Amino acid sequence: MTANGGLALDGVSGFRIGCGCDADAAWADALLAARILAVDPAGLGGVVVRARPGVLRDRWQAIVRDMLPREAPLRRLPVHADDDRVLGGLDIAATLAAGRPIASRGLLAEADGGVVIIAGAERLDAAAAARLTGTMDRGWVCVERDGFGHAHATRFGLIAYDESVEDDQRIVSGLRERLALHIDLDGVGHAASAARGRGDGLPVDGEASRAAVAEAREILTDVVAGDDLIEAICATAVALGVTSVRVSILALRAACASAALAGRRLATHEDGEIAVRLVLLARATHWPSVDAEDAPADEATAADGEADAPPASPPEMRDEPVTDDDDHEVAAIDQSMLKDVLISAVMASLPPGVLKSMETKVSALAAPKSQGRSGQATDSALRGRPVGVRSGLPRGGARISILASLRAAAPWQTIRQREGAAHRRGTAARRIEVRAADLRVKRFKSRSETTTIFLVDASGSSALHRLGEAKGAVELLLARCYSRRDRVALVAFRGKTAELVLPPTHALARAKRSLAGLVGGGGTPLAIGIDAGLDIAENARRRGERPTLVLLTDGRANVTRDGRGGRPAATEDARAAARRVRISGTPAILIDTSPRPSRDAAELAGELGAIYAPLPHADAGGLLQAVNAARA
Amino acid sequence: MKPLFPFSAIVGQDEMRQALLVAAVDPLIGGVLVLGDRGTGKSTAIRALAALLPPMRAVAGCPYNCASEATCSANHGACRSGEVGDGGGMRVEDRPVPVVDLPLGATEDRIVGALDLERALTRGEKVFEPGLLARANRGFLYIDEVNLLEDHLVDLLLDVAASGENVVEREGLSVRHPARFVLVGSGNPEEGDLRPQLLDRFGLSVEVTTPGDIATRVDVVKRRDAFERDPDAFVAGWRDKDATIRDTIVAARARIQSMEVGDDILERVAALCIALGTDGLRGELTLLRAARALAAIDGAGEVRDAHVRQAAPLALRHRLRRNPLDDAGSTVRVERAVQELYSPRLERVAG
Repeated sequence: MTANGGLALDGVSGFRIGCGCDADAAWADALLAARILAVDPAGLGGVVVRARPGVLRDRWQAIVRDMLPREAPLRRLPVHADDDRVLGGLDIAATLAAGRPIASRGLLAEADGGVVIIAGAERLDAAAAARLTGTMDRGWVCVERDGFGHAHATRFGLIAYDESVEDDQRIVSGLRERLALHIDLDGVGHAASAARGRGDGLPVDGEASRAAVAEAREILTDVVAGDDLIEAICATAVALGVTSVRVSILALRAACASAALAGRRLATHEDGEIAVRLVLLARATHWPSVDAEDAPADEATAADGEADAPPASPPEMRDEPVTDDDDHEVAAIDQSMLKDVLISAVMASLPPGVLKSMETKVSALAAPKSQGRSGQATDSALRGRPVGVRSGLPRGGARISILASLRAAAPWQTIRQREGAAHRRGTAARRIEVRAADLRVKRFKSRSETTTIFLVDASGSSALHRLGEAKGAVELLLARCYSRRDRVALVAFRGKTAELVLPPTHALARAKRSLAGLVGGGGTPLAIGIDAGLDIAENARRRGERPTLVLLTDGRANVTRDGRGGRPAATEDARAAARRVRISGTPAILIDTSPRPSRDAAELAGELGAIYAPLPHADAGGLLQAVNAARA
Repeated sequence: MKPLFPFSAIVGQDEMRQALLVAAVDPLIGGVLVLGDRGTGKSTAIRALAALLPPMRAVAGCPYNCASEATCSANHGACRSGEVGDGGGMRVEDRPVPVVDLPLGATEDRIVGALDLERALTRGEKVFEPGLLARANRGFLYIDEVNLLEDHLVDLLLDVAASGENVVEREGLSVRHPARFVLVGSGNPEEGDLRPQLLDRFGLSVEVTTPGDIATRVDVVKRRDAFERDPDAFVAGWRDKDATIRDTIVAARARIQSMEVGDDILERVAALCIALGTDGLRGELTLLRAARALAAIDGAGEVRDAHVRQAAPLALRHRLRRNPLDDAGSTVRVERAVQELYSPRLERVAG
């Protein structure tokens, strides 16, 4: 959580709370999540586990396995698994052998009553995730493939391992939302487990908790929550800026599972606290109260702030208008009190200093990763990522899919053999008859999209006079990007950090909103900003996109890469960063936001290899021309 | 399988419910698009509609839900050839209006229909097995996350929706059957925009937002919790309310046939569409249809300005030329235009 001088990409700050400060508590939460999950896997949807592969993760998973009933299936879902495997379809081998269609049950149907595990879930694309979530919502797998129409009832929980490094590779929001529990094992860290040797010392979870889980499963249907608790959970969700009602429902279920674990048939506020900690906290998009010390004394303020941003929010608290603010409904006092109890209990569990650093990061949280729709990437017959097949002839370089073609031909074999035999007396029948109509070619998607990365200098020197105009200029560019169907990302830098305000997205309206919420002030960490922009550009390039950097600054750096002051060193750092951009071959444009064209900015543009556009001349037409030129 | 959440138990989201009811009263409205935040009950409402709708008359065993023997045999061969029904004469029965889910992973074969595998493999017979489009005939076709649907499937659906007919030609398998359905799509625009061509095909569009006030949210959570606990009891508790809505739909369907629309109403509808600059006539026609359906639901004898005003955002907001940076959004633009055109003075003149 320290200012690392890099991008403030830590979009899951909620998870990191325990890191270093209290590994024990974080591990205890992970265990608690495992038990709660095991009580009601399908009801809770599942758990997002931030964890790279490793011993700790294996151990945690073994614990979950151990808690689940023996007969509960555990299925691993590879991220790029075929729909046939996931949803079910025609089992070709069995079909040909049997001479009648044999359906294969998909993995999701097999997982009924158990748990599905996805490693590297952030790599799951939006369409694949939608198939998963659709199945979870309906409670049955709908197979409409290969001439089959079957519905298999299935209810399962999902363990999604988030192995992402960068913030722009988060798990698809629709899936994240349906998984109640969010825990962080990376945060627990090696240190915690190492300190205890092989794990004998870890407070796991022997026979006793297994029995507790089994018992909890029995009584779960009887567990109820009082109205006051339900209201408190809803109010807390709103106070934390968690808008989706579905999440509140999940939190309620987590509270009930927690009560069942404790052998209670009525969920108490302790269960509510656990639910808030494990379900709501990691999703917070704004923070209810600035100072933890003031929270209990300040009930009126907290109550006022429920429906929207807290009125006491300091200037640097940039919340996005996530909620629909038209309704300034203030909740009844008694429920707000219980809500405050929940919040302050959660606050108390956080180490000091965390709140402050979270405030600056919640705005990054508020912008979950936006997935491009599947049709966005251009369909290509030749290159890119394979995305299934379509019927057609392998012409114009299109590649034939042997398996899919055989699959299409399979049902016709009996008919064709029979018809063929009539015409073909004497000659030997072909074993398998494949005709042109059976042929399937592979479809590929190639991403040739453009990603425009706006790097906005929000420091005092820039902000004071020109930020407003710079915003106007960016809006013009956004409109242009919209018509070109480009993706845009927005990074703001000031003080000692650069912040990814908006990960690459097509949602232009959101880009504009983030921009409007931007406030200025502080030093100019130009090098850090440029580095951050280049990181995103490199990521975009790896995805096959064409990045363009648009830097809005006056060019006056005064904070170095490692966060120290001093103009000469900072300028040197900025130039070094700029050279990296030029070497990487990323097209760039520098929009000078100083009142008069400044030498600093012009020289920086030179180092960047960027087109230099002083703002006074950067009217609509001029800017567009400049950006287009940079892209050419 | 789990029963469906009752339509009448959905908290708030009046506009979405209204749009779905309009489509239920007038299936020719051209479909409903529901866009909005996650966790707002989009899918719940659409699936709930299935359980709510009054049953329809259809030929027993007909895979295309044909209404009567006459239309059945006139349209396609499968029913006539005696393959369906209990042999002999055809019986007409009540069956629930289909609400067919089109899952994102569906293959083209399964949507349009294909060779009957069982018969082909075991008996070597060429028999058409109807697909999702056949099942959805005279009912609803629901696509969740419609904005993520693959382009080639979207094209296919557009073609069928435009012609009302599904044509399959393959190796001597030649089938042509009616496929008239209400296309209902839902999705979250933050995850990707809908192709403009598809947007325009939808008759009505609704924008749903998360309820902001806590009381409403508490209601949603409580009802969902009660439903999860004991689905059957919960559904039973709302049965009467659902029945009332069902009766309203039935009455409105009967009334809409004779619904009068005055010339002055028509003029103002045209003026509104011109003021908003909606392209083509489709917006105007849809607005009229929606206003008629709303009047019928209302129990009114004729379409009044109030119905047009109510229908305008539904029918027009997705047809405006888009301005991505206009925070006002298209809903506000429609409302503004409505306000200007239907000022109190005009209402008096009209009334």
